[in-house]
Parts: sequence; structure tokens; C-alpha cells
Amino acid sequence: MQYIDNIIFFIALVVGFGLFFKSLKEIYRNIQLGKESNRSDQKSKRWETMAKVALGQSKMGKRPIAGFFHVIVYVGFVIINIELLEIIVDGIFGTHRFLAIIFGDSLYGAFTATLEILAFLVIIAVVVFFIRRNFYGVKRLTMKELFGWPKHDANWILIIEFALMVAFLTMNSSDWVLQQRQVLAANGSFPVSSTLLGPIFQNFGDGALIFTERGAWWFHFIGILFFMNYLYYSKHLHIILAFPNTWYANLEPKGKFNNLDSVTAEIKLMMDPNADPYAATPDADPNAVPEKFGASDIFDLKQVQLLNAYSCTECGRCTAVCPANITGKKLSPRKIMMDTRDRIEEVGRNINKNGKFVDDGKKLLDDHIQREEVWACTTCNACVEACPILIDPLSIIIEMRRFLVMEQSAAPQELNQMMSNIENNAAPWQYNQADRLKWASE
Amino acid sequence: MDFTIKTMADYAAEGKMPEVLFFVGCMGSFDDRAKKVTKSLCKILHKVGVEFAVLGQEESCNGDPAKRAGNEFIFQMMAHTNIEIMNGYGVKKIVTACPHCFNIIKNEYPGLGGNYEVLHHTQFLRKLMEEGRLKIEGGIFKGKKIIFHDPCYLGRGNGEYEAPRQLLQKLDAELVEMKRCKSNGLCCGAGGAQMFKEPEKGNKDINVERTEEALGESPNIIATGCPFCNTMMTDGVKHFNNTEVSVKDIAELLAEADDL
Repeated sequence: MQYIDNIIFFIALVVGFGLFFKSLKEIYRNIQLGKESNRSDQKSKRWETMAKVALGQSKMGKRPIAGFFHVIVYVGFVIINIELLEIIVDGIFGTHRFLAIIFGDSLYGAFTATLEILAFLVIIAVVVFFIRRNFYGVKRLTMKELFGWPKHDANWILIIEFALMVAFLTMNSSDWVLQQRQVLAANGSFPVSSTLLGPIFQNFGDGALIFTERGAWWFHFIGILFFMNYLYYSKHLHIILAFPNTWYANLEPKGKFNNLDSVTAEIKLMMDPNADPYAATPDADPNAVPEKFGASDIFDLKQVQLLNAYSCTECGRCTAVCPANITGKKLSPRKIMMDTRDRIEEVGRNINKNGKFVDDGKKLLDDHIQREEVWACTTCNACVEACPILIDPLSIIIEMRRFLVMEQSAAPQELNQMMSNIENNAAPWQYNQADRLKWASE
Repeated sequence: MDFTIKTMADYAAEGKMPEVLFFVGCMGSFDDRAKKVTKSLCKILHKVGVEFAVLGQEESCNGDPAKRAGNEFIFQMMAHTNIEIMNGYGVKKIVTACPHCFNIIKNEYPGLGGNYEVLHHTQFLRKLMEEGRLKIEGGIFKGKKIIFHDPCYLGRGNGEYEAPRQLLQKLDAELVEMKRCKSNGLCCGAGGAQMFKEPEKGNKDINVERTEEALGESPNIIATGCPFCNTMMTDGVKHFNNTEVSVKDIAELLAEADDL
């Protein structure tokens, strides 16, 4: 029976990672529902962008307070997870602080001390975030699209991170006291635990200390597995997807919108005086579905736009700078991304249930995103500029406008007027093209 | 105008090629306010001795409002028409006084066969200044406070924040910035075809919000580099019944400085 711990540990590890990879697979499958993105050119520029923006957090500094604490949590998260390696080896083989043997005394001391300090800083950052989010009244964190799950989700993340760090320090503190009593071999250096929690644990008996140490160790491990699997249901997915998301980011100038090739073919035919409009295209497939213009549902969006939706952490920096939103209009770029993800999830559940997507009579447009939102956008790119991980809400808005205008002829009346003026007079107003040079003689 | 504006057709008839094509745009051609900017730019180019031409009646809307409203068909109709004409003349270099023309010809025309060197007029004027062709003396602006409103399609859209500022700095005026400027600049509210429709329901119009911010810095002049911004900011200033502050395009300010 002496291996029971190791066996339980191993099962938990396999189940935890297994479920996690199942979620990732599902996300990957759902992203594949979109159209191909053709975003694998300029590889070195893409790696550079990812290194700078996702790894280097280059856009977080724009809001210094949130940026500073975010960097602490981020660095803490990344480095503390090296500890996971030790936990796994210790858990499987029943060793204790296995890295100490590999690292040697001084390096292991530095390593544990760094983790301790980071854990402590993370606790502070998480508490600051909790207060800021719930009591401080930052406008973008208290808007109505965050009511319900998004708000609870944010708080759960902070609570889980807090608990994980406290468990980590508790484990170290009891370990430290046991090391002082020479029950455990002296390994590592614990500047935070020895001063903060250590003194409290001095009064515990050896047995209670061992129990506390093991309890905290298991809590920390199970907590990490839980957190990992919680990600799929959470806005916190950005800790993974921010990397591919920035890699696949738009590298063109922000003002440049894509030209639709299907339209180009039509226009060329239309403008070619030698084209025979009745001639059948020689290699036309009679059963081909005509290409749909723009997007009304997630299937019409590009894969990168769906990845954007999964990567969004709902921080609301986009919405905070959106001129339409600032002046009280219904548009919120963050909500566009949240709606898109909600719809992907809805479709994903549909596929899980039916084996393939069965029409549910719903669409992203109208059932999630309202037309009023789509028409309020000034295409100013402020949301795109503001996003710390290079999400492009504007591109989704434009695809929806294309659908409304070219598939449904459902533009606001004044815009129809403008468009027919351009068509007839080559200007958005009813002026005669022959008068274009009148200013020169005025 | 005390000189003749020549068209590409005029130059072609002479068998010559101008240094640059000035793509005037719909606002610059038809809007009374923007026509003044068009003329100012022409006066500067004429004074400096830049040979330029316009397309005149052969010019069509660049297609921006249609494209931003979602109508790719009309955009490409306009784009192909313009490209065919400009390629026909062998146009190489284009200057525009409108960031929307600038952006779309620079970024979206190449995919349709229109490859040109495209400059916003502030970029072109800066180049002329750097080459020593354009001299700017801003004596009449001494003691004045000028604030610049970044057009989205010049700034965030194409990363150009400095050209307009470098020109304004030469005017001997005090150049002040709004809190939301450069990459954080706030839209005037006209882009994305909003110019042509009533805004959606909200608490406030975007141009009012933006003008309020500009007026908060108590400038004498709000400088713009876009005919849409110009209209929106002018309306904003009127909204506050402010008769002290004027809204002027950078080309107008430079022309004024030179008493053109």
C-alpha cells in the first residue's frame, strides 16, 4: 500500500491533463469552423510580434497600474509553474524536493527564494485586482456586458490564484519548520515563509506539520489541474491563446481592409467591353454554392477572428476607447468579441450533441450582435490599437456590414442614398461629375 | 484662383508628365469648406513650383464610404474606374488632402492593380520643406495656440503622426496636444460612412465630445488634416457657440502664413 499516493497522483495527473487536451482539441475544432485565414506569411515578423506583445507584454504598459500588477502575476505564473515540474517528479516517484539534488544547494536556494517572493507579490497583485474590480469602480470593469458569469469568472480566477499561492506558501512554511527541526533535510531558502507564516507553524507538532505540508502540496497540485481545466470555461484562456493570437495578428496597416476577390471577378467582367455576359464559364460547377458576402454567423468569419474571440480576456480596453461607446451608443467592441465566443460555444455544444452542426435557427448577427451596434462603428481602429493582444473587433463589424449591405440590402436609408449617389454620380452626394473641377474657376 | 489648374488630360495633350497627381476627392471637389483646403494646397504647390495635375471630371469617388459601409461592389467599381484612368496616364505619384483617399489608394488599390506612391498632403509638404523648396515662416501665428486633431485614417490607420506636427511646429505658434492624441486620438465621428447618416442613439455626438476636449485646452486654432474632421470639428465649435476658435486645415494655415 505504500505506493497508493503515487498511484493516486499519477491518475490525477493523467485525468487532469487528459481533460485539458480534450478541451484544447475542442477549441481547435471550433476555430476550424471558420474560413481559412492565410496568415502564415512573414514568419520572422510574426515570431517577433509574438515575442514582443505576448511574451514581452509590450502593450500592457499603456495603463501603468494594471500593467504593473499584470506583469507580476504573469511572471509569477510562468516561473512558479517551473515548480510544477518538481511536483510531478516528486509525486510520481515519491521523492521530496527533487530539484534540490539537480540544482545543488546555492542554485536551489535562489530558485526557491525567487518563487517565494514572486508568490508573495502575486498575492498582493491579486488582492489589488480584486479590490479594483469589485470596489474601485473602474468604468470598463463595471459595464453591463460583464454582469453575470463574466464578473464571477473574473473573481473566481483571482480567488483561485490567491488560494494557490497561499497553499504554496503554507507548504513552504511547514516544510521550513520541519527543516529547522531536522525532520526534513535542509533544502531551499524561504525568505517569505520563514518570516510570515513560519512563526505561526512553530507551535505545531511534527505530525500536524507533515499533514499541513502534504495537504498544501496536494491542494496546490490539484488546484493547478483544476485551474487548467477551468480555463476552457473562462476568459482566462488568454494565458494560452494570447501567443497564437499575436502570432496570427494582422501585420498590414490598420487602415487597410481586405478586397473581396469574388467581387473583383464580377467587376472585371462587368467592366470588360469584350466580355460576353451570356457565355457560360467553361469550368463552372453547376452545384457550386454562390459565395456569401460578409458574415452573419461564425462560419462566415475567418479562423483568426474566431481565435480572437477565444483569446479575448474581456479587459475592456477596446470599449473604453471606442468613440461610439464613450458617447453612449450601444456598440462595445468587447461585447462583439464576447458575443462571437458565445456563439462559437453554442455551435460547439450543438456539434457535441448531434455529431455535426444541426441548424438551430440562430445566427451571430441579430441573435447575439445587434444591427444597431454594427452601424454605430466609425472604423476608427481605436479598439484594435487598444487591445493588448492584437485582437481585431473592427474586422468582424465590417464583415457584418458587408452581409447586411450585399446580401440583405439592409443598410440604413441614408447610407443607401449615399451609395446610389456614388453609383450614379461617382460622389456620395448628388453632384454632377461634370462639375468636379468647378472649384478651380470659382 | 489666379492661375490655371491643369488636368492630367491637359498634360497628356502636351505630351508631358506632371510631378504629382493631386487626387482632390469628393469633399475637396464639392464641399464648400473643403474646396478652400483644395485651393490652399494648389496655391502652395503653385508657389513652390511643383508641377501638379488633377483628374477633374475624370476623377471618381475613391469608394471609401461605400467600402466602410460594407458595399464592396460600389467600392471596386469606383476603384477600377480610377485605376484604369490613372494607369492610362501612367500616374506614379499621388498626393491627397484627405486621409480617406490616401488610405484607400495607398492600401487597397494595389490589390486591384493600382500601384502608386501615395502621400498625404502633410507628408508631401513636409518633404517639400525638407528639400528646401517650401519655406515656412509663421509670423502671423506668433502667440497663438494651435491644437492638432489626429485623423484616424492618417494616424492609427497608417501610423503617420509626425508630418502634420512638424509642419505646425514651423508656424511660430504654440503647439498643444489633447489628452487623447496620436495613437490614442479620438475619432471625429465621421469615419466609416458615419458622415452620411445620423448617429445611433447615445448621450452625445462624437464630434461634440471631441471638440469639447479640444476646447478644454483653450486653443486659438484647431488644426485638422482631413476634410471630414474639419466639418465635424467646425460643427462642434458651433455647438458650443464658440466664435473665437477657428478650425483650419494645415494646408490653409501654411497658405495663410505665406499670405497666399
